[in-house]
Parts: sequence; C-alpha cells; structure tokens
Amino acid sequence: MRKVILGGSLILAVFGMWVLFTECGGGGSGGGSNTTVSSVDNVQPIVVNGGPTADSSSGYIYPNAAFTSVTVCVPGTSNCQTIDGILVDTGSVGLTLLSSSTYSGGALTLTLPQQTIDGNPLAEIVQYADGSYVWGPTQIADVKIAGESASSVPIHVLDHYFYTIPTDFSIGGGPEEDTLQSLGANGILGVGQYQQDCGGACVATAGESPPTGTYYECSASGCQPVFVPLSQQVQNPVSMFSQDNNGVIVTLPVVSGAEVTVSGSLIFGIGTQSNNGLGSATVYTLNQDYSITTIYNNQTMPNSYIDSGSNGYFFWDSTITQCPTSGTNDYASGYYCPSATLNLSATNKGANGTSGTITFSVGNATTLFSGSTSNYAAFSTLAGPNTPTDSFDWGLPFFYGRTVYTAIQGMNTPAGQGPYWAY
Amino acid sequence: MSTGMQSRIRCVKMRMLLVFATICILTLPIRASASLGDDVGSVQADQARMKGVQRTTRTELYTVHEIKASNGTVVREYVSSAGKIFAVAWQGPFLPDLRQLLGGYFERFSQGSQARNNNRPRIRGPIQIQEPGLVVQSGGHMRAYFGRAYLPDQVPQGVNIEEIR
Repeated sequence: MRKVILGGSLILAVFGMWVLFTECGGGGSGGGSNTTVSSVDNVQPIVVNGGPTADSSSGYIYPNAAFTSVTVCVPGTSNCQTIDGILVDTGSVGLTLLSSSTYSGGALTLTLPQQTIDGNPLAEIVQYADGSYVWGPTQIADVKIAGESASSVPIHVLDHYFYTIPTDFSIGGGPEEDTLQSLGANGILGVGQYQQDCGGACVATAGESPPTGTYYECSASGCQPVFVPLSQQVQNPVSMFSQDNNGVIVTLPVVSGAEVTVSGSLIFGIGTQSNNGLGSATVYTLNQDYSITTIYNNQTMPNSYIDSGSNGYFFWDSTITQCPTSGTNDYASGYYCPSATLNLSATNKGANGTSGTITFSVGNATTLFSGSTSNYAAFSTLAGPNTPTDSFDWGLPFFYGRTVYTAIQGMNTPAGQGPYWAY
Repeated sequence: MSTGMQSRIRCVKMRMLLVFATICILTLPIRASASLGDDVGSVQADQARMKGVQRTTRTELYTVHEIKASNGTVVREYVSSAGKIFAVAWQGPFLPDLRQLLGGYFERFSQGSQARNNNRPRIRGPIQIQEPGLVVQSGGHMRAYFGRAYLPDQVPQGVNIEEIR
C-alpha cells in the first residue's frame, strides 16, 4: 500500500516537474509561445463553395471542401501573388501550390527560388491513402495569410514536367493529380499537427538508404531518393508564423441537410489572442500514430482522426447500403446510399482519457448529388465506407456547427503541448 | 579397397548431393517477390527487398510474417496452412509498395483508384475496392497510413477477417 502511495507521489512529482518545465516555454523546435504579443489579424475567411473547378464549363463541384486564399512572395521581397481556391486541410502538412503550366492549369505564376540539396534541385512525391499522388519541386516562399506571415517557408509546387517523375516509387498505383481538374483546387494548405510533412523518416540514418516515394534530388541523370534534414522539408506554414503559431481553429456554421455555400473561419493560434481561447472545448490528445479512438457500433477504432481534407464521414457499417458502383447512378460511387437518412452516434476517446459522444446523420449521396441540391457544395450527411474496425475519419461534415482546434506537435498551448484536437 | 566400399562411398556422396540439391531448391524463392496470392516461399525474397526485420507469429489457422520496411511502414503477410499469402496489411508513415505487395492484383487496385479519381462529384477519403475475389482498403492521413488487401475466396475457414490489420 505504501509502495503504491510512494509510487503515486513520485508520478505526481515527476508530472509536476514536467508541467513546470513545459510552462518554462520554448517547447519544440518552433519555440511556440502562448503569450500575447501585439495582436495581428489572425482570422482568415474560408468558404465551402465547390472550389475553382465548380465554375468552369467542364468542371464539377468539389463537395464538402473548404477553400481559402494564400499570399506567397519571393523571400524578402514585395514580389507577391495571392492565390485563391486553396483547400484547407487539417489532415496534411505544408503549403502545396499547383503550377500554372499548360499541363497543370493552376494559378501560381510567381517564380520562386528552387530548393537544393547537395547543389541539386529538390523535388517531392506525396502519396495519398487512395493511391493518388502529386509531384513537383520544393521551393521557398514567404507565406502570408490574414495578418500572419512566415519567412522562407519550403513549399511544394506541383509540376508534371519537373524532370521526369521517378518510377522507382510506383507505390500508389493511382492517378497523378497535378492538374486543376484532378486536384480540384489551386493548392492545399496543410495545417495539420506535424511541423514537417515527412519528419524523421526522411532524415539521414546511418546504414539506411533514403525512402522511395517521398523526397528526390534531381540532376541530368534523373531524380534519386534523398534524405532531407527537418529544416529543409516542406513545413507547416503555421508553425513558422512569428506568432499565433501553435495551431489552428476551423469553425463553420451548422448545415442542415445541404446548402449552396457556407462561410467560416480559419483562426490562427490557440489561446494566444482574445479570439482563440479554448473556452469549454474538450481536449483529445493523440496516440503515437497521431490518432484518437472512436467507438462506433461497439467497434473500437484506434486509428481515427479529424480531417477537414476528407469530404465526408468515412466509417465502416456493413448494414448501410453503399451507392451503386456502376450504371447510370454510379456518380456517387464510394459513398453511402441508405434509403432513408440515418441518425447515428459514436464516442471519441483521447489518449488522455477524455471522451465524448457525437451524433451525426448519414444521407443518400445519390439523392444529395441530384435534383434540387445538385449544384450545392455543403452536405452535412455525406458519408462513405472505411477500413472496417480500424478507423473513423471525421471529415468536413464534422466541422459544421463546431469549432475544432488542431494543436501542432511540440508547441505550447494553454492546455499543454500539442499535438491534440479539441472541440 | 573393395569395390563394395567404393560403391558405398559413391552412394553416400550421391545422397549428400541429393540432400544439398533439395536444400537449394527449398531455399530458392519461388517468385522474385512476395505478393498477395503468392506462395510462402517468397516471403524471404520480400524481406530482402524491403530491407526489413522479419517477425513471425503463428495462430492455429495462419502464420503472420511481419516486415518493417526502411521507410518505417510495417507490412504483415498472412499465410494460410496451404502456404498461400491470402492477405496483407500495412501501417506506417508511407504507403507500402503496393505494386510489389499486391502483385498480380495491383492492376485491379490501380484501375479502381483511377476510376474513383474520375468520380464527379469527387470523393476524398479512404478508399475501398470490393470486387469478386479481391478487397483492398486503404486509409489514413499524411504520415499515418494503414490498410489491407485480401482474397475473400482464399481466407481460411474460421478466420475472422477483422483479425487482418
């Protein structure tokens, strides 16, 4: 008994020291700070409007995707370009911009300095879970959003014709998305919980060869996999802001059923200004894979996550009818198509033991994408299947009617160091 | 030396040669890489290819070969008692080399992924390809991917498909 008490006090003492040290500040390589400096405008408007392909005659609405604009500048100059139609993605890290080449059809016309490694141009492949991938050089830009700015940020520029796309990765097997029509956006603003898009897996390790399918150094003889130090990897632009750099808040209004467009905000910083406090939000800390646990239908799903870059609720339920994958009504393939809207619930649990119940609805995607709502961009009941029992992907519909906090790794916030989600 | 002794020595030599040849055949990989639907013999080749560390665990119904690729992604190959890889699963910072892992089934995954990308309205999230004789599921987000692929017709009887992860 005494041992237990002694053990408990030791744990408390160590925990106390840990708290003291983290309160000392300086947490993480980014040196996150939760003290209020002179307040700058930290609110950036976002809109769910179908995106840049929704207007063009051959284009289509990108449902449940939040878009914003970003300004990039040649470092240290006022030679800048503001680009809109950028997807706000809390599930990835780094600023990605689609080049304006004829092939890509993106908006970036500004020429930015090329990043080099060993004197060779550095390029990158990013692969997504669905097998699709993007390719192009990494370049350096000053990044400005609302009143916030970050200097000399490594970013990813998508360009099919940057050297020859390496074939050694051949991993995803899916489509290349280096065009406006395939990406559905002029770029992606990855504001997730990591500071870099690769991290330790891309840093030189003795006795190892660099991983394929990520960073490449290019020369006349082609592009070869290369290790890249953390500081040269594509960075989360938020963690490089001079202030309000410990995370982001995404807030969108309630959507009942479907709406043509909805507008909300991307707010920088957590507890750094009067408008970004945690308030009554519950903090869910993450496991080592940066996931939380969702319990749905008595199934415990340990790889669950909140991701504004996913455009529906994605979870497994064998009793829900999936939309047709062939025939004239196959346009909602990959989504759920129940005969009537289902009202469901699930419980989220953080690594810190906090838990809370979410109620949500699943509608018929074939119906949502047709008739009077066929030109709508926001659908609160859009959902589809996921890997059984592993994962619940809380996509953009989760953000409707919520204020969702995404705290960055190693950065101090009033609720402790990131990473975590809070809502 | 009697001729009987000589023939016995020749016989022993031949037997040794036969044993050596048999060992050689048994240790040769059957295919250049281990893929879904392949024979267990190819797992060793796969390990070399993925420069990983192998760990093997056995259950009554199957054996799991775990390979950690140099990029940190862990791949598990599920082998039936008949010696066939009936399922693969992965988890880690990158997608595994699906062309190699899915072998002859890769093209079907590739076509499914391409078709899905052409979906309008578009879909962004985990992918599930469910076809006769093949299921591929892949999800996660940057730096944390996971998924699995299996051959429903070759899953040993009594195996709960949810064990494959």
